[in-house]
Amino acid sequence: MLKHENIETNVGLLIILSLLAMGVGGLVEIVPLFYINDTIEKVDGVRPYTPLELRGRDIYQREGCYLCHSQMVRPFRDEDLRYGHYSLAAESQYDHPFQWGSKRTGPDLARVGGKYSNEWHVQHLKAPRSVVPESIMPNYPWLLENDLKYSDVAARMATLKKVGVPYSLTKLEYDRNVEKFGEEQAAWLDINRAEENLLTEAKEGNFDGVPGRLTEMDALVAYLQVLGTMVDFSKYDEGYFVEFR
Amino acid sequence: MKNAEHESSHVETTGHVWDGDLQEYDNPIPGWWLWTFYATVIFAIVYWVIYPTWPVGSSYTKGMFNDITFHNDKGEAVTTHWNMRALFLKDQQEGKQALKRQEYLEKIGNSSFAEIISDPEKLAFARSMSKVLFADNCAACHGSGAAGVIGLFPNLIDDDWLWGGKIENIHQTLLHGRQGFMPSFTNSFDPEQLDALAEYVLSLSGISGGDSHKVAEGEQIFKGETGGCYYCHGKDGKGLLSQGSANLTDSIWTMANVPGSDDYSAKLEAVKQVILNGISRKMPAWSDRLSDEQIKMLTVYVHQMGGGR
Repeated sequence: MLKHENIETNVGLLIILSLLAMGVGGLVEIVPLFYINDTIEKVDGVRPYTPLELRGRDIYQREGCYLCHSQMVRPFRDEDLRYGHYSLAAESQYDHPFQWGSKRTGPDLARVGGKYSNEWHVQHLKAPRSVVPESIMPNYPWLLENDLKYSDVAARMATLKKVGVPYSLTKLEYDRNVEKFGEEQAAWLDINRAEENLLTEAKEGNFDGVPGRLTEMDALVAYLQVLGTMVDFSKYDEGYFVEFR
Repeated sequence: MKNAEHESSHVETTGHVWDGDLQEYDNPIPGWWLWTFYATVIFAIVYWVIYPTWPVGSSYTKGMFNDITFHNDKGEAVTTHWNMRALFLKDQQEGKQALKRQEYLEKIGNSSFAEIISDPEKLAFARSMSKVLFADNCAACHGSGAAGVIGLFPNLIDDDWLWGGKIENIHQTLLHGRQGFMPSFTNSFDPEQLDALAEYVLSLSGISGGDSHKVAEGEQIFKGETGGCYYCHGKDGKGLLSQGSANLTDSIWTMANVPGSDDYSAKLEAVKQVILNGISRKMPAWSDRLSDEQIKMLTVYVHQMGGGR
């Protein structure tokens, strides 16, 4: 039945068998990562994004930042010198989807948090060439003009919760977060307080430099400023991370 | 004609006939192609043996014959199967270039600023390392030529320093960052007062064109409680190092684009905007991101651009 001639002259069979062949390739590469014990490093500090950072991440994706910026520092000498410590799998464990990217037209952003001031980010996003004349990045002036929509932020968090991000809805889940991330962080991850938390963080941070206004810039800068800052690498022996490979 | 040629080549056809007369010859695969294919199969098998490849249960095959030995932070030798992280660590610890760099970094670490500046070899190393460090970390704000942007980020190649241009000042700025702040005076002055104050500020740098009565009035505001500008800028307008406040008397402008304004009224407007909007800008702290040696070298580098006083 499975003679070459039969397969070639029977389109339905050809499609099914091709899918099977490709499927095996994909499964062998991807599925083991779900059950290999030491894929994700056990490190302190990595937490899900706060509501404001999460909205910033949505904007990051909406504007297609990932098309030109990767978020993956590889364990190479030159990347270590330029960007800092190589990225850990643990650092993107709550990213759905992850933003590793595949092309660096602009620099890697995995460790951009804290590197530049909020004012710089605002100016640079608004008009990149006003601070970096040689830049080829497009202008994003509307980030400062658009009010941030946040009425659906709780729903967004609840969706991420479904795929395993530990945002909390019930008291039990909240207590579990207190145990895992500490009381201060757990409060930020409470879906019931999402809007209130978002407004508080934006007000206290005033990331866009415009007091009293909540713009998309607030969210995006809040997100950029937390990238790569969650793990305190001085606490770990470099040899420790090798154990997870 | 064609048919006759093919018949004489004695190659079998695949046996299919399409459209009545279309046939396909069953030529053998070229030998070079076949042997390349066999070679890749053999390569794959060798690769499977040497490198980590196949998932097995909750682990995977680790490979053999090419273990890597590196040292952990305690100095103990650790041997592990081949992987990029171990390879990278080993390269950082034993690589030819890493060792060379380490040798120089130790020299930098053990030297005072004066020793680095006076030793041509250390200075050359510090400058070449700093050139790259500056491009990666500082140039985004201060520009690749370190000239800054008026109204946004300070110029590092002139001899005007908000937080001090001595080598110790620059070192502190790099280590701990700075928070520059001037309050916004939106509701503090009526338009005449604002005009007068701006005219006085311009007069401090010797820019004439203002009305002398207004300049005098502005001086009252500057030095009196109405404006209170002297708290931070000093009675003489020369700024205070502890506040990071600008020297307003040296004709060097970091916020108001006075040099770029054509006429007196445009210059006045530029100064007024700064008074109205205030300033809030932050120099990030670098002690968490860069090593002590890197910050030391950058300090020397920046100091050599325009530091001194």
